[in-house]
Amino acid sequence: MKRGARPALRQAQRAVLRALAVFCVAGALLTGCHEETGGRQTLTFWTFGREGEAMQALLAPFEQAHPGIQVRVQQLPLSAAHQKLLTAYAGGSMPDLMQLGNTWLPEMVALDAVEPLDARVAHSTVIQPADYFDSIWATNRIDGRLYGVPWYVDTRLLFYRVDLLRQAGFDHPPRTWAEWRQMLAALSDPAEHRYGILLPTNEYEQLMSLALEQPDPLLRDGNRYGNFESAGFKRALSFYVDTFRLHQAPAISNVVAGNPWEEFGRGVYAFYFSGPWNIGEFRSRLPASAQSTWDTAPLPGPDGPGTGAAGGASLVIFRGSSHKEAAWALIQYLSEPAVQRRFYELVGDMPPRRSAWAGGALSRDPKAQAFRVQLEHVKPTPPVPEWERIANEMQLAAARVIAGELSVDQACAALDQRVDAILEKRRWVLDHRKEGR
Amino acid sequence: MNRQRVAWLFLTPALIVLGVFFLLPVLGALALSFTDYDLYALADPHNVRFVGLHNYWALLHRPVFWAALGHTAYFVAVGVPLSMVVSLGAALLLNSPLAKARAFFRTALFAPVVTTVVAVAIVWRYLFNTKYGLVNALLEWLGLHPVDWLGDPHWAMPTIILFAVWKNFGYNMIIFMAGLQAIPAELYEAARMDGATPWRQLRHITLPLLQPTLLMVAILTVSGYFQLFAEPYVITEGGPLQSTVSVLYLMYDEGFTWWNLGSASAVAFVLFIVMFAVTALMLRLSRRSLREGELA
Repeated sequence: MKRGARPALRQAQRAVLRALAVFCVAGALLTGCHEETGGRQTLTFWTFGREGEAMQALLAPFEQAHPGIQVRVQQLPLSAAHQKLLTAYAGGSMPDLMQLGNTWLPEMVALDAVEPLDARVAHSTVIQPADYFDSIWATNRIDGRLYGVPWYVDTRLLFYRVDLLRQAGFDHPPRTWAEWRQMLAALSDPAEHRYGILLPTNEYEQLMSLALEQPDPLLRDGNRYGNFESAGFKRALSFYVDTFRLHQAPAISNVVAGNPWEEFGRGVYAFYFSGPWNIGEFRSRLPASAQSTWDTAPLPGPDGPGTGAAGGASLVIFRGSSHKEAAWALIQYLSEPAVQRRFYELVGDMPPRRSAWAGGALSRDPKAQAFRVQLEHVKPTPPVPEWERIANEMQLAAARVIAGELSVDQACAALDQRVDAILEKRRWVLDHRKEGR
Repeated sequence: MNRQRVAWLFLTPALIVLGVFFLLPVLGALALSFTDYDLYALADPHNVRFVGLHNYWALLHRPVFWAALGHTAYFVAVGVPLSMVVSLGAALLLNSPLAKARAFFRTALFAPVVTTVVAVAIVWRYLFNTKYGLVNALLEWLGLHPVDWLGDPHWAMPTIILFAVWKNFGYNMIIFMAGLQAIPAELYEAARMDGATPWRQLRHITLPLLQPTLLMVAILTVSGYFQLFAEPYVITEGGPLQSTVSVLYLMYDEGFTWWNLGSASAVAFVLFIVMFAVTALMLRLSRRSLREGELA
């Protein structure tokens, strides 16, 4: 029996080996076909919004310097980006690297989808952490590890009409909330459809910036519970809501606001609370004669210069990528100060490095200087995957106070309750992990 | 092979397709609705918890769900009758022997149905803009007070209803026209000889004979209107103050914006139960009225 069994066993072994060999060859052929074309690696790079448009011009020198790397840029519309990202993760078809908004980074880290970059940065001669704005760099560190390299920054501050302020007797932009309130009062005339400021009721960034100016954090106990009943948040919400109650801002959403640039140009609004891309918008949409009538100013704080929100996007490498070295080479290239300056000239995205601000068109642009000042004073948003949802709930609560449905206290209590419910899973996962260890 | 077996054999391809692409996903979604499947679960399957009916229970305690259900009911209750009256009116006009250039009007009135929702919705957003919109300009010209169509929570839903009715009435109009053409002309002739006014002809000939068509159109329209989503998604983004958030919009938000697939599935099944109950009720009521009609 033993003797008879042996050849049979060997035969079976051989069959298995043969099958394995066929499998390997087929696998090698398949992966070879789609990845290497003539010894070149193809990097898939996802970008959102206008950033992708500038990539062709920006990438040509990189591809010349790295003949072995071909970059395939895929531009995704911002409105569909988040869905596409999660679907791609679920379906296992992530790109090699991508542009990731820093409120989305915690989510990708929770999914364990992005590669930690500490070791690479430590060995890099191009990327110098100390050269980056501190808070912007900090948004890329989660639980002590670095997951992204800042690519461009975004913070909201004030665009204002210099001429209208001067007519009303103010020779400088506001530095404190009290001063700001005074100006808003002087510049508003609801009967004439003139308002101090436009604050679209469906955008959370403005209220969030005011809330980040407060000493109280937005979430408490290790970001496990909402902290919206704090004195600080109530102060921010009251200031925000009062602007509407005093008719210094119209209670309209950005759907209704339509074309705010032209209305700002016509003096319907004296202030506009928005981000860096609007420098370019105002330059292209307002006539040349109106260009001297507007300027930008850092955010006024409750009792002095205020802090803004540390927004923007970073470049991340996905864990599943098989071209991590090439992706890192591209990230280093895009982080060079000269390339960042060129990027600003192409799309108007502001660089996260101080040295990139030190030369070129950016250093000479008077309208960009307020951003330069503000970027030294920004605060990151809570690094939890649920943040965007929480910010939306916050804005809904604020809209209900504006509409007179709730008082500030009621809205804050309801908001904390809602946020605690949203964070329930996070608390469970955190406790669960601890037990697991 | 007996006949029954042959029948099953012929049915098999259709059953397989239905099973794989309809039944399995539905059962999967039902299972999902008893879990808290979310982003954390996507990261690590150990993070899925079986929560029983908690998703349903939590949903019933969220004010936004009741608000969404209310908005959807409002949309169906006003939109469906309005849409059917407009469709029937248009069909009667086109079917009248006096109508001229019938083919042209039929095409023109049907055109909104075949246009893309997104494209037309953007045009409507401009038409109904509070400050610069054509509609308010018209109102002002007539000496009426302008309306904050999309910014006022009380007006946003009526605007969406107007849009949906305009966009969809052409489809039902075509079905009604087919129904009208099936009514024998002799009946009208006889009625006219008896001296019946056009109104009485409509009440006693057209409407009774059109009843099966009316019922089918009503059921299709109700189930279509319950699935309100694209219109608020494009025109108002659910605002102002969530006044145009429908049940389906809520499901989309839960599932695809926030990736809470467990509670999104629960929303889907609640909507299914509501729609099932409403259409079943409609069928029963119409059957009763048909039977009464026969007796009378």
